[in-house]
Amino acid sequence: MTLRRTEILLALLLAAALILAALSTPWLRFVLTIALAKGVAVLGILLLLRAGQVSFGHALYVALGAYAVAFLAPSMPEASLLLPAAAALAGAVGLLVGLFVSRYREIFFGMLNLALSMVFYSVLEKLYHITKGTDGIRVPAITVLGQPLEGATYGWAVFGIALALAFLFGLFVRAYLASPMGQALAAIKTRETRLDFMGVSPRQILLSAYVLSAVMAGCAGALIAMATRHVTPLLAYWTASGELVFIAVLGGAGGVLGPFLGAITFELVRVYAAATVADAWQMILGTVLLLVILFARGGIWGLVASWLGRRRAA
Amino acid sequence: MSTLLEARGLRLAFGGVKAADGIDLSVAKGEFLAIIGPNGAGKTTFINMTTGYLRPQGGQILYDGADITGRRPREIVRRGIARSFQLPQLFSEHTVEENAALAIAARDGIWSPLRPLLRPAWREEARELLDRFGLLPIADRRADALNEGTRKLADIAMAVALRPRVLLMDEPTSGVAASEKMAVVETLARVLRGAGVTAVFVEHDMDVVERFADRVAVWAQGRIAALGSPAQVLADPEVQRNVIGIGRPGRAGVEGPAHA
Repeated sequence: MTLRRTEILLALLLAAALILAALSTPWLRFVLTIALAKGVAVLGILLLLRAGQVSFGHALYVALGAYAVAFLAPSMPEASLLLPAAAALAGAVGLLVGLFVSRYREIFFGMLNLALSMVFYSVLEKLYHITKGTDGIRVPAITVLGQPLEGATYGWAVFGIALALAFLFGLFVRAYLASPMGQALAAIKTRETRLDFMGVSPRQILLSAYVLSAVMAGCAGALIAMATRHVTPLLAYWTASGELVFIAVLGGAGGVLGPFLGAITFELVRVYAAATVADAWQMILGTVLLLVILFARGGIWGLVASWLGRRRAA
Repeated sequence: MSTLLEARGLRLAFGGVKAADGIDLSVAKGEFLAIIGPNGAGKTTFINMTTGYLRPQGGQILYDGADITGRRPREIVRRGIARSFQLPQLFSEHTVEENAALAIAARDGIWSPLRPLLRPAWREEARELLDRFGLLPIADRRADALNEGTRKLADIAMAVALRPRVLLMDEPTSGVAASEKMAVVETLARVLRGAGVTAVFVEHDMDVVERFADRVAVWAQGRIAALGSPAQVLADPEVQRNVIGIGRPGRAGVEGPAHA
């Protein structure tokens, strides 16, 4: 109970730290916006991880959200309309794909997601007349609540939206995980058939989480499109999906702060490592992941939680 | 007494082995029916067919007048037939209380994404249920940290939480320490009679059968070899020779192997 309350306090502190960092170092605002967006997508990965399932294809939904913004922005350049549209599209595709992949578990689940995301990647790359191929599409200026914004103000607005969505989805997923639907996800991992003998369809439980994860990834994609103002097929590439799983493991799947701690660490390490040792940043990230897997199975959040537990016990 | 569950000519073979070779059986409302017989006689197969896990190759299963043959486990459970397992099927990462609450949620509404599983009403019901089974002291323990006997009781408690009209139990007392067996049976009988549940249970311990069952069905090679009151069936020399040796060496004519 107390840890759950501390979690909220920590989230507020983290948000304050992010705002201060963005204020003091303007270029960090962009990096942190992307980190928050990815954190939202990783919340969805966390839901699936609870059921013991790893998707290596969720970049599909990130890219869907991003391209939805790129295609709709010229005719509807309003953030408060683009975000729900991206979420709805990702959710609808998530439902269709989910009806199929929720029949499968473990390696089959992971690989089917990977395959579908790579199909989408190829479509984005090959249909040049529609998607402009690997050149990608520039996203025109977007209004926020009817206000045309420019430069730093626009950057702050997108950062603010990302932070607000991170809070909203974080609180939602927190409640979801404690709910019967969330608890049943862990039941899928440990004793799936028992659910059937209790009158509950494990497939529908997994499908619900899958659609939710697609919606969150779609929102993340929309945020990334708004922040970068440029979308390319790389958003759907398998390494982008792997990155989401990487962040989930790095941050820890034990709590909703994990994805955000992971995403912020990931983006900062990438930025600083790329700046100092340009050719070796992947190696540095790989080493960080290895250390987490070997010495901190609960990820960054696991370290924080056990530290808090020790403090309370002391 | 009216019939609640009825099997008519159930047949199922695995390869050449006939696990059910024309099973005819009716279970009356409120009755406790024990199924005894050697390993491999098809006792668990009968439970698996009745709960929809296996589809019979022939015959019918009627429940409350309706044909439920070949329906899926989920649908059969929702109609009011629950089961427990020979090897307890608990959610090992959850506490005993959460296991019970999940069963209550499965019955009353799993589809609520925002209210906690351990909401006051369900928590109270879960604890009340666990109390009836004598499991309240270990309500906060993780299911994978329990001993076999306790896991067994928790497994049955989860089935009872579904408020079934018929409960099928696969060896409810196997794995329970001999010294606790009768106490467990008393608890079970009290809870199930109190809830008006009709029970069908596979059992190897003849003391348990005598104490607990209204009627006994003897399974042998996919057929019902004998059916009647415990006193009548257990006194049958044929049954004693073939079956009872397993559960009660003192009275048996033949030494049977200890059951798994």
